Amino acid sequence: MSTTTDLKAEQRAAKPVLQLGDRIFSGSAKGAGILILVVLAGVAIFLFSEAFPALVAPASEIRGGNGLVAYIWPLVFGTLLSAMIALAVATPLAVAVALFITHYAPRRVAQGLGYLVDLLAAVPSIVYGLWGFAVLAPASVGFSTWLNDYLGWIPLFAGPVSVTGRTILVASLVLAVMILPIVTAVAREVFLQTPKLHEEAALALGATRWEMIRMSVLPFGRSGIISGAMLGLGRALGETMAVATVLSVSGVVTFNLISSSNPSTIAADIALQFPESTGLAVNTLVTSGLVLFAITLGVNMLARYIINRRREFSGAN
Amino acid sequence: MAKSIDVANLDIYYGSFLAVHDVTMTIKPQTVTALIGPSGCGKSTFLRSINRMHEVIPGARVEGRIELDGLNLYGPGVDPVAVRRQIGMVFQRPNPFPTMSIYDNVIAGMRLNNKKMKKAALDDLVERSLRGANLWNEVKDRLEKPGSGLSGGQQQRLCIARAIAVQPDVLLMDEPCSALDPISTLAIEDLINELKNDYTIVIVTHNMQQAARVSDFTGFFNIEGTGKPGKLVEMDDTKTIFSQPAQQATEDYVSGRFG
Repeated sequence: MSTTTDLKAEQRAAKPVLQLGDRIFSGSAKGAGILILVVLAGVAIFLFSEAFPALVAPASEIRGGNGLVAYIWPLVFGTLLSAMIALAVATPLAVAVALFITHYAPRRVAQGLGYLVDLLAAVPSIVYGLWGFAVLAPASVGFSTWLNDYLGWIPLFAGPVSVTGRTILVASLVLAVMILPIVTAVAREVFLQTPKLHEEAALALGATRWEMIRMSVLPFGRSGIISGAMLGLGRALGETMAVATVLSVSGVVTFNLISSSNPSTIAADIALQFPESTGLAVNTLVTSGLVLFAITLGVNMLARYIINRRREFSGAN
Repeated sequence: MAKSIDVANLDIYYGSFLAVHDVTMTIKPQTVTALIGPSGCGKSTFLRSINRMHEVIPGARVEGRIELDGLNLYGPGVDPVAVRRQIGMVFQRPNPFPTMSIYDNVIAGMRLNNKKMKKAALDDLVERSLRGANLWNEVKDRLEKPGSGLSGGQQQRLCIARAIAVQPDVLLMDEPCSALDPISTLAIEDLINELKNDYTIVIVTHNMQQAARVSDFTGFFNIEGTGKPGKLVEMDDTKTIFSQPAQQATEDYVSGRFG
């Protein structure tokens, strides 16, 4: 009896045998994981320490003279509004494109189209900005006027219509084009992974192709669509140059999408103001950056929550 | 409800490759027909061509006739989707919809038929189908749980419940027990015996004892060599096939002598 107890105690005390290669690999993997945390913590510490002077400064010294909240709130609003519109436009389109590539198009067309969509991601954002400024903005005026004429009773399209077309609607559409490839790529990958078994189960029950997609492909791809959309949202929230180039800003909070007075976004505002800022103005900009950091973090946590909530039904098991 | 199947001179292709050549057979209603033969001889391919699932694979096609009570399933203007609603299928590996609850899995086919049904009628259908698949007592308290949480044997019976919920004319089973343990296999075999009162059943199996236990008729498929098409060597009463088949190849196969 006592010998077995001794043996078990010995077993508990003994270290498991580990090969050198295993040890090196687990060490480097652990190191990489820790590095991420260190970088993230470093960024957070920088943001907090640089933002602190602006947080404690009297309201009159902040740019605009009405305090920090009055300065940052319109930017937060503009950031969220433009990103949400971009997401609302891009996600259904991306899912449709991904479904076409994976389930409808002949193989050769699908490959070419997939390649083209990936190419969209390779276009630098300043190019999108110039395109939005020089092409889409002037072209949008007619459409905006039409919206204002016929749907002007909706506050979104109340007008007066901007004559340059440099509106938040155009900025959002540019953002939508920019996030389209990433959302499409993620959705396409996960649609391709739908088990043949589930697709055939639906088909064998007498589902049409669209019904099969609704019964097996979309439920399986749900979490993938959400993570793709969140990746896109992250990009839309943080996008700087395109918005800075396209948007004509005036720091207002309005849902009016087609007028010439638009809220700016946090990232675009930092890019435009930073070169001319010193002292407290820099701290103010960093504070707005901290807010953007928090928003992005919140968006990602929300996405995780949504994905995890239905894990039981996810098809991963 | 159960219908007969008449197959005449059926050739099945994958692209230009002839996979199954010249199958002619008649399957009577309310019987169990087993299809046996070595791997790659085309029994599953043949089974999948009965409910037009074969053509789901790009390039796959069929020449010849398959008639369901006289209606040519490959006739012009016949919608494969409609065919699949009449001819249910159970696959080798259980495949309940993982995102759906047990309840929703059973009524998935009904939903497709766009039939507006009252909640009470749906409840009744779910109970009837699950009882029909001998699964009701095991799952009646957790109908809202996902189907993927069940054991393999239970999942397969859930798939059978899903297939019979739409009251098809024919039930096709593609090695339904090959991923299951012996006890679950026995449960499915008992179920097949009960189901044949209502349905025409065609089952592909690698297990010859299973073919002998559950089927009334047996068809033996064979292949002459790799790259050659599979053929129906002979089809007869299961008893005859296993005791005194007409072909030497059949006797060799069922008695375990090959080559």
